[in-house]
Amino acid sequence: MTLRKYFKVYSKFLHTSLASELEYKTNILIDLITAILSLIGSIFLLSIFFQNAGSIRGWDFEQALIIQGIYTILNGITNTWFNPNLTEIVKHVREGTLDFVLLKPIDSQFFISLKKIAPSGFLEIILGFCLLLYCIKINQINLNLSFLTLCFITIICSICILYSLWFFISTTTIWFVKTWNATEVLRSFLYIGRFPLNSFSFSLRIFFSVFIPIAFITTIPSEAFLGLSQLWKILLEVFVAMVFLFTSRKFWVFALKFYSSASS
Amino acid sequence: MISDLINHKIFTLLKVQYSNMLEYRVEIALWAISGIIPFFMLNIWTNNNLNESINISDIMLSRYFLCAFFVRQFSVVWVVFSFEEDSLMGKVSPYLIQPLNPFFRYFAQHLAEQITRFPFAIIIAFFFFIFNPESIWVPNIGILFLSIISTFLSFLIQFLIQSIVACLCFWTEKASSIERLLFIPTLFLSGLLAPVVSFPDYVKSWIYLTPFPYLIDFPANLLSGNAINVSGGLSMQILWILLLFPAFKKIWSEGTKKYTAMGS
Repeated sequence: MTLRKYFKVYSKFLHTSLASELEYKTNILIDLITAILSLIGSIFLLSIFFQNAGSIRGWDFEQALIIQGIYTILNGITNTWFNPNLTEIVKHVREGTLDFVLLKPIDSQFFISLKKIAPSGFLEIILGFCLLLYCIKINQINLNLSFLTLCFITIICSICILYSLWFFISTTTIWFVKTWNATEVLRSFLYIGRFPLNSFSFSLRIFFSVFIPIAFITTIPSEAFLGLSQLWKILLEVFVAMVFLFTSRKFWVFALKFYSSASS
Repeated sequence: MISDLINHKIFTLLKVQYSNMLEYRVEIALWAISGIIPFFMLNIWTNNNLNESINISDIMLSRYFLCAFFVRQFSVVWVVFSFEEDSLMGKVSPYLIQPLNPFFRYFAQHLAEQITRFPFAIIIAFFFFIFNPESIWVPNIGILFLSIISTFLSFLIQFLIQSIVACLCFWTEKASSIERLLFIPTLFLSGLLAPVVSFPDYVKSWIYLTPFPYLIDFPANLLSGNAINVSGGLSMQILWILLLFPAFKKIWSEGTKKYTAMGS
């Protein structure tokens, strides 16, 4: 019953935000060009790294492209859902409109995380999938059901971790009010996700798998794509994703206790 | 008399904006942290010995990326985002009445932010030297002076380009998406992620005709003490400013004629 209610509400969200975003049609075209250029740019950067090295720490150029593909898909998802919604929290807190959200007979996290949608991010997701298909072809990966489920599971887990990271940082707004720069810091760290984790030095590798689990976000799904991944890594990723989702939820509920409405 | 007035105005603007920026110290510190991507890139280069093929030693490369970080810190421009917000909110109208081009206000904002940012950048550099003690060096006064000038010129070029884009707000509502488009070549071609010398020849043949390598690569090479053509680089920077400034004046005068205040 409640699930159906949430579905219905979400379809309304989709409808309204798509309608308002499609007002700016040239904008979407410009965003498409931006997405394409950005992908070309990162492949260009990757080709600079590989121009004199056959492989970097066991990753060939063709294999590293898979990471780019997954990064592009995840970045598209970030731009479609996480970025437009979670930066909105800052506005809600600053202008006191979070009160209205909390008063609604619907889960506040649901409302805040899914209210808006930016369709231009879809283009990035499509681009990422095209690149992945191309990679599957050049790396001669044969598709079968177990392979597809593994990839699907790892990518879903990555999305969960990514969402939790964004949500975590946006939640801190309740104390610090102005944190859109914190999301900018997260964004610049996420940039690391374009490269295989083992191309970094040991200390950075530890940092990016323990403190900010960027390693889990792109490297493990790429390994799953290549069929290189061990089972324990995938299980670990599922575990990390669940821990992240759970703590981000708890953190939100905890933070709301400190929210003291506007002008109070 | 007139110059006295201008000096007075500029001084007052700077003072006001500086105290304004000091209010947001945490925000600016976070901005500074979000600029550390060059250090991650450095880690990829040196950890995989990729720099051997481009004949730059580890030490020179680490100095280069540190300088790239510094140049980027002091040439970040966001005028289009401020102007877009102001013009959508109708704040531009009162600015236009004042006997001062509103862009002076934004310009002072940027300078004040750079002054606020300076200590944070120094702290980050300090940590960088703790981790890479072998790359400590002291540039001589002349080089330091020249590189400060070229960093400022790089800032001016970016400020002018963004101001031109910002003026497009008079015609379209969302000029910031054009800025995001322009940011992609700036990111990949300016030398922030990889020094321009490492680029393949088919890119190097035309890149020096564009403004991009003069934004970060040239000042960073100058400061880090790599061999470059100083007078050539500086004159190209000045040439770009001379080209962009009339374009800005033109688009500004066209735009203000087009501008209709809210509610008219």
